[in-house]
Amino acid sequence: MLAHRLAMESDWIRADMVEATEFPHLANKYQVYGVPRTVINETIHVEGAVPEPMFVKELMKVMDGQS
Amino acid sequence: MPLLDTKIQAQVRKALEAMAGPVKLVMFTQGADALECEFCAETRALIEEIAALAPAGKLNVEVHDFVAEGDAVGAYQVDKIPAFAVVGAKDYGIRFYGIPSGYEFSSLMDDLVAVSKGESGLSDATKAAVAKINQPVHIQVYVTPT
Repeated sequence: MLAHRLAMESDWIRADMVEATEFPHLANKYQVYGVPRTVINETIHVEGAVPEPMFVKELMKVMDGQS
Repeated sequence: MPLLDTKIQAQVRKALEAMAGPVKLVMFTQGADALECEFCAETRALIEEIAALAPAGKLNVEVHDFVAEGDAVGAYQVDKIPAFAVVGAKDYGIRFYGIPSGYEFSSLMDDLVAVSKGESGLSDATKAAVAKINQPVHIQVYVTPT
């Protein structure tokens, strides 16, 4: 999983795969419906499975204004 | 009765042949008599089955009690169960929460091989970008079973 590979690449990054149906309160909190939903530092959301360069672009938003 | 049928067992065995160094699956669960964690027992059984299919000595399972072992819970930053960490030469911060099924099961197989090699397989451009990160990043990927 891409997020896990990113965690391998940086000591700053930790990544969870979360099975939404087993944690319905979290699926609800993050509005997960049917497709993978990625949440980065609680504030950056990515819908669906996106290609690596696009994911990295979203990830690097953490560097803007300390998200 | 095993969770994985013989065909899947063969696929797992084959996928894990590519493992290089040893990997540890550090699992957090509740005791066998606990009623609160619906998928804990099944997740534990699954990862133990997977470990048995890896080349000898390459994949080991370590089990911790989420309620009783606060130090381990803190060390691995686990906040819910069932949970397991995939640990290779070091703890890269890779966690699975819930039982990995469907697409996520094959993701786990890929992760096991990547972690055993200590190589992320990301592009040079990605690696260069990630090297600039200088603050904690927590990525959560919520998946639904396929």
